[in-house]
Amino acid sequence: MQRLSGWGRTAWTVADVISTTDVDTIRSTVAHANNRGVIARGLGRSYGAAAQNAGGTVVELTSEHDPMGIDAVLDPTTGVLDVASSVSLDSILRLCVPRGWFVPVTPGTRFVTVGGAIASDVHGKNHHFDGSFGQHVLSMTVMLASGEIVSLSPSENPVWFWATVGGMGLTGIVLRASIQMLQIESSKVRVETERLANFDAVCDAMSGDGDDDKYRYSVCWVDLLATGSAMGRGVLTRGDHATVAESESDDPLHYDPRLRVSAPGWMPNGLLNKWSIKAFNETWYRKAPAKRHIGIESIPAFFHPLDGVNKWNRLYGSQGFIQYQFIVPLDRTDVLRKVIETFSAAGVASFLAVLKRMGPQNLAPLSFPTEGWTLTLDIAAGIKGLAELLASVDAMVLDAGGRHYLAKDSHVSPSAVRRGYPRFEEWMSTRDAMDPDGIWRSDLARRLGLVDLRRNS
Amino acid sequence: MKNGVGVAQNVVLFGGTSEIGQAILHKVVKPGVSRLVLVSRDIDAANRVSQDLVGSHPDLDVHHVRYDASDAASMEHVVAEVADAIGDIDIAIIAQGLLNEGQDYYNTPSHLVDVVNVNLTGAMVLLYSLSSRMRSQGYGKIVLLSSVAGERVRKGNPVYGATKAGIDGFALALDHELEGSGASILVVRPGFVTTKMTTGMKKVPFSTDPEHVAQIVEKAISSDKKIVWAPAPLHWMFLILKNLPIAIWRRLPL
Repeated sequence: MQRLSGWGRTAWTVADVISTTDVDTIRSTVAHANNRGVIARGLGRSYGAAAQNAGGTVVELTSEHDPMGIDAVLDPTTGVLDVASSVSLDSILRLCVPRGWFVPVTPGTRFVTVGGAIASDVHGKNHHFDGSFGQHVLSMTVMLASGEIVSLSPSENPVWFWATVGGMGLTGIVLRASIQMLQIESSKVRVETERLANFDAVCDAMSGDGDDDKYRYSVCWVDLLATGSAMGRGVLTRGDHATVAESESDDPLHYDPRLRVSAPGWMPNGLLNKWSIKAFNETWYRKAPAKRHIGIESIPAFFHPLDGVNKWNRLYGSQGFIQYQFIVPLDRTDVLRKVIETFSAAGVASFLAVLKRMGPQNLAPLSFPTEGWTLTLDIAAGIKGLAELLASVDAMVLDAGGRHYLAKDSHVSPSAVRRGYPRFEEWMSTRDAMDPDGIWRSDLARRLGLVDLRRNS
Repeated sequence: MKNGVGVAQNVVLFGGTSEIGQAILHKVVKPGVSRLVLVSRDIDAANRVSQDLVGSHPDLDVHHVRYDASDAASMEHVVAEVADAIGDIDIAIIAQGLLNEGQDYYNTPSHLVDVVNVNLTGAMVLLYSLSSRMRSQGYGKIVLLSSVAGERVRKGNPVYGATKAGIDGFALALDHELEGSGASILVVRPGFVTTKMTTGMKKVPFSTDPEHVAQIVEKAISSDKKIVWAPAPLHWMFLILKNLPIAIWRRLPL
């Protein structure tokens, strides 16, 4: 038995953890599971309780220490990658970048498995340009609760395919996937950085009416503690993969990401507070060039800055933290402003606040991204009155026709999912058809009612 | 299920009319709590005392289960009935208790049987039943209302003190057995609390009220704490009282 939590280090529960990538072992583990069911877990990077299963079984599929090596084959001419679900984006990048191929979508960390990326339908700074991860999956094999292995693709059983994309692991265990990679000339990114003095300037610069759609990657860091006329000021970074000429390198595809330091295990609670974050924000804002500036950055520096600190989630101390990510329609910047004001008035500081404009929604009923603005905040979990505060912000988001990202969810109510995802019931009936006995269960599913708990108990 | 901001979805109070229990519910029930079960002898009374709470949380799904707190043998069944109603038990608050202050046990010694059944035997069966369920859930928190009276049993009401001493020690040992299971027990040791249980009794130093006890429980419930005192300084006071030689202890005006 093992204690598990998500990356936010809250809501710990105990489960029987089986670490394996062997298909027969997985099948017999599922067949012998108790009535609290089974969920798959990758590298544990989802923030909340998506990959843990209190009192039940957790199948941990990671191949970081697999003696057989990384189970991934790249076709260097087409850029199609055939990969086991247990392989991380980190391993894929190490394999593919030197050969001129990049992952089609990467979240803010490369330490996620392919299985997790599909189950959460992760997005990155290029959502407005390339969509989310599931849109680049050509096909996948999935083990159902019955032990049967099915092959799914957008043309072959599309309903089950799209229910599994963003399905939080509750339709089956993804075993393999075939992914269309993105061709690149260099391992460098050409980045334009600009400082924006307030929230209006941020929204204007990122709106689709401007030139934002020309950039493959676009994201804005926002200072939530700045007040008055500077409220919501930010640093906007946009760019694309650099050409060989732009990279100014003799070895343009050289890729060597390193972990620099580890956060210690004894970080006190409350170290990241209003004052320390205010000081950080001021420095970060001032550090950015006042005028638009073009630079060349490495892949880790641009895409995965936090991966430079191993176990950075410990910075919040023993109480852990939550990540609050929601989306509202494009014309509801008023809600973004109201949310920022609400957190600011309550004195809630966020170390990481990121705003992004998302492109159109894909065919997956539970996929989070949809045309609109998504704001992401880190919040220390131990703050007094946080449950009440979040409930009021949740209501603002839902009333505006918005929703919350399940891979990061820490607290929303069962009704918030049903209101936010109009195709929820459709997904639920597909899920029930794929798993009639309700074998796949996670703490997230239990809390939000993503599985009918009366089945199999 | 509990969530990432320390809120449990399903909460159960054993001793549904207990003032301290109700005060704890006022602190623990917040956005994120979906189901509440009040387990009591008198459902009408439990309904009455929880009116404010239920009124301020219109979405809360409230259930009632009737039980006899002195019927220790029925506890297993009572816990099963609660679980049938709501599924997982995330937080269970055990607030059942009999004080029987001023009872002349010399005249009718058999009157102590009920007190022992409610405070000790019943609570023990309840603790085992809840623990076994929470162990298979992989998580869960039991809040046991003990008392400083069990720290050093004194004259005046030795029956009450002895039951509290017993249940306190039992709960701590059980919590030890639960280590690593995800389930745990929080032992709460209030001093003199002004409630209906203590009306007419003379107040003592460091007395407190149900709201204060509830505040302390709310803070401790999402931590790894095993024991909390209300008010907190009682911890240090009893460290001394407990170790006083009998000759001095018996001279104290307690």
